Amino acid sequence: MSDGQTKQFGKGQRLVPAQKAQKWYPVDDESQPKKVRKTIRPAKVRETLQPGTILILLAGRFRGKRVVLLKHLDQGVLLVTGPFKINGVPLRRVNARYVIATSKRIDISGVDAKTVEKVSTPDYFTKEKKAEKKSEEAFFKQGEKPEKKKVASARAADQKAVDQSILSSVKKEEFLSSYLATTFSLRNGDKPHEMKW
Amino acid sequence: MTITKPAASGPLSENCVGTSEIRRVNLDNPTLSTTTLRHIPTRSTKFAMADIDVKLASWKLVEVGRLVLIRRGPFAGKLAAIVEIVDHRRVLVDGPSGEEQKIVPRHVLPLAHATLTHFVIPQLPRAAGTGPVKKLWAKNEIDGKWAKSGFAQKTDRTERRKNLTDFERFKVLRLRKQARYEVQKSYAKVKAAAAKS
Repeated sequence: MSDGQTKQFGKGQRLVPAQKAQKWYPVDDESQPKKVRKTIRPAKVRETLQPGTILILLAGRFRGKRVVLLKHLDQGVLLVTGPFKINGVPLRRVNARYVIATSKRIDISGVDAKTVEKVSTPDYFTKEKKAEKKSEEAFFKQGEKPEKKKVASARAADQKAVDQSILSSVKKEEFLSSYLATTFSLRNGDKPHEMKW
Repeated sequence: MTITKPAASGPLSENCVGTSEIRRVNLDNPTLSTTTLRHIPTRSTKFAMADIDVKLASWKLVEVGRLVLIRRGPFAGKLAAIVEIVDHRRVLVDGPSGEEQKIVPRHVLPLAHATLTHFVIPQLPRAAGTGPVKKLWAKNEIDGKWAKSGFAQKTDRTERRKNLTDFERFKVLRLRKQARYEVQKSYAKVKAAAAKS
């Protein structure tokens, strides 16, 4: 501490520091937080998960369904479609971890790239906020039926645009349509770790 | 146990290596498997004591030229010919198959690791080298004969079924269903016709 002022004391003079040294010091050493060495890296995608692959979903509402992989989104999220007409699975985001990739692939080069681009934007799937909040009165009106959920017509149009070319390529191969329509399940004696997909 | 070939100890045990071979399971006549050769209850002895019709049982003997199926070790599932008998539990085998991946190098094999087959390379000289064995192997069309055998066909089929992909498994399911439907339909027809008459 060099700053301070020199003061005269009788004959001599000495430096009086502007800030005094602390009289007490803490018993415990102050622990220094560790430096975070993790970084956010782009998710590594399995090689089997090429666009056009038929996947088996393992979790969620559509578990067991066989769907078509359209595109990779950020952080190991996959964009899939049923097609909706065949097995009722809409355009949907799916975690790549909860998926089995089969070796069957279909041609998706004819899929409308513009709609896929639109669908894969981050806020396409976010829910729109409701304009009017439910009032307390509405809550107590027991007799009335709740409003039915409406599918946004824009969503339905996108679904159709994406599925159109997939459906035509599915039709070309025998059994493929019914394959997509059936759900996967394990039977007695099936060993999934020994199966080829 | 001494091995002298041909061991002419009796008319029935000709070319037989030891009593252990006599007890080998005979697939054609399972009742023979538990008894030694000396006590074979043949049918003719049961009814007519006067003229005893002794037949040579169709044993699969451990003999030079006998083809064995290797069941354990690095060459499991492959076919080899006995070239020389080392002792009562080991033989020298050689499998110079025409197909690259089915070749068994010349080595001593414990008989406990082998299953005797019905096939024999006739007149294979004792301790023949790989060259002559290969020539006789090709001449007797061992590869073709083995591929036609029930065992080989069955193993091929299980192997094929094991390696089916998910879509192929589904197709098998569907095709089997179709075949079953046709069979049941024609069966119902026959049944209905039989009930009328």
